[in-house]
Amino acid sequence: MKVVAKRPESLYDKKFHYCPGCTHGIIHRVIAECIDEMGLREKTIGVCPVGCGVLAYEYFNFDMLEAAHGRAPAIATGIKRMLPENFVFTYQGDGDLASIGMAEIVHASARGENITVIFINNTIYGMTGGQMAPTTLIGQVTTTSPYGRKPELAGYPVRMAELLATNEGSAYICRTSVHNPANVNKTKKAIKKAIQTQLEGKGFSMVEILSTCPTNWGMSPLKALERVEKEMIPYFPLGEFKVKE
Amino acid sequence: MEEKQVLFAGFGGQGVLSMGQFLTHAALSAGKHVSWVPSYGAEMRGGTANCLVTISDEEISSPITENPLMAVILNRPSLDKFENKIKPNGTLVINSSLVDREPRRDDLDVLKLPVNELADRLGNPRGANMILLGAYLEKTKVVEVEKALEYFDVIFKGKSEEVIRKNKEAFLAGVEYARQHW
Amino acid sequence: MEKVLMKGNEALAEGAIRAGCRAYFGYPITPSSEIAEYMARKYPKIGGVFLQAESELAAINMVYGAASTGARVMTASSGPGISLKQEGISFIAEAELPCVIVNISRGGPGLGGIQPAQSDYFQATRGGGHGDYHTMVLAPASVQDMMDFAMEGFELADKYRIPVMIMAEGTLGQMMEPIILRDPVTPGYEKPWATTGCKGRKPNVITTLHLPPEELEQRNRYLKSKYDLIKAREKRAETFMTEDAKLVLVAFGLMSRVAKRAVMEVRKRGIKAGLIRPITLWPFPDEHIVEAAENGAKLFLSLEINMGQMVEDIKLALNGRSRVEFYGRIGIIPNPEEIVGVVMQIAEREGL
Ligand SMILES: Cc1ncc(C[n+]2csc(CCOP(=O)(O)OP(=O)(O)O)c2C)c(N)n1
Ligand code: SF4
Ligand SMILES: [Mg+2]
Repeated sequence: MKVVAKRPESLYDKKFHYCPGCTHGIIHRVIAECIDEMGLREKTIGVCPVGCGVLAYEYFNFDMLEAAHGRAPAIATGIKRMLPENFVFTYQGDGDLASIGMAEIVHASARGENITVIFINNTIYGMTGGQMAPTTLIGQVTTTSPYGRKPELAGYPVRMAELLATNEGSAYICRTSVHNPANVNKTKKAIKKAIQTQLEGKGFSMVEILSTCPTNWGMSPLKALERVEKEMIPYFPLGEFKVKE
Repeated sequence: MEEKQVLFAGFGGQGVLSMGQFLTHAALSAGKHVSWVPSYGAEMRGGTANCLVTISDEEISSPITENPLMAVILNRPSLDKFENKIKPNGTLVINSSLVDREPRRDDLDVLKLPVNELADRLGNPRGANMILLGAYLEKTKVVEVEKALEYFDVIFKGKSEEVIRKNKEAFLAGVEYARQHW
Repeated sequence: MEKVLMKGNEALAEGAIRAGCRAYFGYPITPSSEIAEYMARKYPKIGGVFLQAESELAAINMVYGAASTGARVMTASSGPGISLKQEGISFIAEAELPCVIVNISRGGPGLGGIQPAQSDYFQATRGGGHGDYHTMVLAPASVQDMMDFAMEGFELADKYRIPVMIMAEGTLGQMMEPIILRDPVTPGYEKPWATTGCKGRKPNVITTLHLPPEELEQRNRYLKSKYDLIKAREKRAETFMTEDAKLVLVAFGLMSRVAKRAVMEVRKRGIKAGLIRPITLWPFPDEHIVEAAENGAKLFLSLEINMGQMVEDIKLALNGRSRVEFYGRIGIIPNPEEIVGVVMQIAEREGL
């Protein structure tokens, strides 16, 4: 017998536009389940990035905004300061968060801004067709690192979870993955913990989620999941990096 | 030759853009003025793709038109979208493997071929676009088939011999189909 | 001469390289990314610097730094990215650092779309950022122009110590046409102002800060005199059948080729139409407009891929001498057939 999971209320009954095998969709669903289970749908305000998640507001069934590229944490800050009782989160890709929006994310964390960030790390710019991201691994071929990322030219991939964990304002920082069911479950637990952190007013929380981009990696969906395990996790270890009591 | 504009339209991934590029290259090699204008952006996420090729003996003023003389249509949504735009008495080439309706207009010269079946029979499913192109050129002579063949190696410069051979084979299969059926 | 088939964006990038540009800083955005991708492929092989900045803000400031060393340097982007660069462009204009900035333009406002547009006309021709300044703006209409204007852009930038913007509709960046590859040039301008280390000379300072009001005013007067010189010397336009035209279409970029086709069509139907294609958008070729009016043009029709921006410059040029109308689309380049329809309607109404 096949068990078909019920669609969470926080997700509209609508087909995702993401490519086959892309894990953006799974992550949307997990977020929606958490928000449902914690009874937050009506007090949630989400901020979309510029990136493949730019249309996330078409799928989430609660209040959403769309930010300029990289600026989502600043917008979330404005919202949260005006509405401290609401649950406010951003959904951002690695180009959005770790490149153009690096300033915004670091300062949101440093300020201990009481928002939650869901960070989709797929080591590439998905939406613009596969250019190098700050998280692109050494040797990884992209359209703007056609000979593989070389540290002499483009430096090293940033580890955002570790980096932000050093900020005093960060209250909960965790890295997870969604390449198999066990890790999807762990991701869900982490997101709940991040939300709880915000609800308790403890400060900045972020869950970095390793995600696939089969299209721009030039891989089948299955191979892409394998790459997460074999290549990404060794460089981006999973686990909690900051848990403020 | 007066200016000719040809539209190629289908799903992203069907090789629509490269078909147009091939024709553009071939016509350039044959000494014509050419331009190739693609739709862009939407192909990435499973949308439709099209490109417009203009070929002329004179310098091309506008590389853009609403009403091409000919259209090569690879799927049903493209037929629905472009059928009415083709110039009166123009030419409509259809991939009948994927287009499940008849054209509505009766002034057009309609040429059909079951491209996907032919490609499968050749054991080269990715060669569908070259089959279509071969048939199209054989029939319309927009560029002479012999000329196109002559420039194959130039157009596919940098590709492996195997790729060139397979493309040529598919192209010739299309030429043959047109000779027998059109 | 043998022609090669190239995409507009690649022809522009290759033109920059042939002009001696050896540094590129940018941030990906459709429909301009092929320029960055081309540089990423080429520069490692020829000893140039390609750097993907973390944002357009960073990219334009890297251009500032590189240009201050005297190097030929370029950045490219589109709509939202060009907006982000404006802060830096203002600084560059004031610091008089030569560089080329490319806008492969798409429709706005906001995130807008990625389809072709000319809606950044005001932004490009009025300076764009804070302060009293201009950039020179070139509008290519073909893939050949993409290469030629990139090369010309660097010459003008060095000659006048000014940022030069090349503005092309997205389609022009994406389409392919055969072009003649131009011979590479060796940049020949002395740049004694460059900050390269003061060995053997007094230190150079590049600053844009002028706190004393007299100094600031002096600075602005100086920039104004430079802009006047450019206006006197560098206005460029192409005219087509304007000598006896009663109705003159005005269009730039790829749009001008559509308009040219429309003029040819309506001429066949006996309508005395002509075309002016501004090549420099700033300085705007107002004298070409005035000349057409003096030759008897009763009506000017501005054709733009926006909601009507250049139409203001045409009115300024004519200063009430002839009437000006406007027709525009956005996110889509109108077809020759569409323009013929518009022109015929006007001709009928006006009894032309
Ligand atoms: C100011 C600005 N610069 C550039 C862009 C173009 N752009 C859109 S999405 C994107 C990258 C997105 O990559 P990422 O954040 O990793 O998201 P993904 O698509 O991989 O999920 C870029 C560069 C833009 N919209 N705005
Ligand atoms: S381009 Fe990559 S990240 Fe974007 S939807 Fe497709 S697979 Fe997902
Ligand atoms: Mg990404």
